Amino acid sequence: MFKALADPTRRYLLDRLFERDGRTLTELESELEMTRFGVMKHLRVLEDAGLVVARRSGREKLHYLNPVPIRLIHDRWIDKYTERRVSALVDLKTQLEESA
Amino acid sequence: MSTMTAQTTQVYSVFIKASPQQIWDAITKPEFTRKYFYGSVIESTYEQGASYRGFSADHSQAYMDGEIVEAVAPTKLVTTWRALWAPELAEEPFSRVTWEIAPADGGVTQLTVVHDELEQSPKTAESVAGGWSFVLSGMKTLLETGEPLAG
Repeated sequence: MFKALADPTRRYLLDRLFERDGRTLTELESELEMTRFGVMKHLRVLEDAGLVVARRSGREKLHYLNPVPIRLIHDRWIDKYTERRVSALVDLKTQLEESA
Repeated sequence: MSTMTAQTTQVYSVFIKASPQQIWDAITKPEFTRKYFYGSVIESTYEQGASYRGFSADHSQAYMDGEIVEAVAPTKLVTTWRALWAPELAEEPFSRVTWEIAPADGGVTQLTVVHDELEQSPKTAESVAGGWSFVLSGMKTLLETGEPLAG
């Protein structure tokens, strides 16, 4: 999973799916300067890591962001006491970056 | 995440080292659901058209309700779904939840939850968005270790 996240194109694809889920390869490809084959390869890595789930809808294959693997990482290393401090820091970062 | 519009079709998937039947039991038996589903006791006969309802452990509060659309043990369960944990959610129309259980290699089973038909239920869509990950992570821990997630 970390290997899947280590690539900027794949993070970009996840960002696009986070904005709006259920996209086709054609839609995702149109936002990238990359061949269809290249985008397919990146999606495949994300699917293998469980971060993207592809589902058929009629003739289309739609791609969905699957947040569960990230939740598993969260649940493994962040307990309920740490969570409050972590989210306070995340909120602070968000606020500072928004006002900057 | 508050600036985002929640998705009207949400997909959650996890691999669990357990058999399809064990996962089916974890979905349909209240003694399991209360250990990973925010303490909910979920009750139904799991026959088509039967009611599907979740309560707090002491039954003092209703958490959700719906109806069984399709139940094929141990591979597929489809229910309608209405969240009741907040009044503004209870006012929204029913959405739909589909549980799919598919065997994978190596004694592992893939569980996928699709929560859709949320177009008319934006508050519910937002409210469940983080919750399903927590529920599936909790079920995985419960089935693989026998212990519920702490917290």
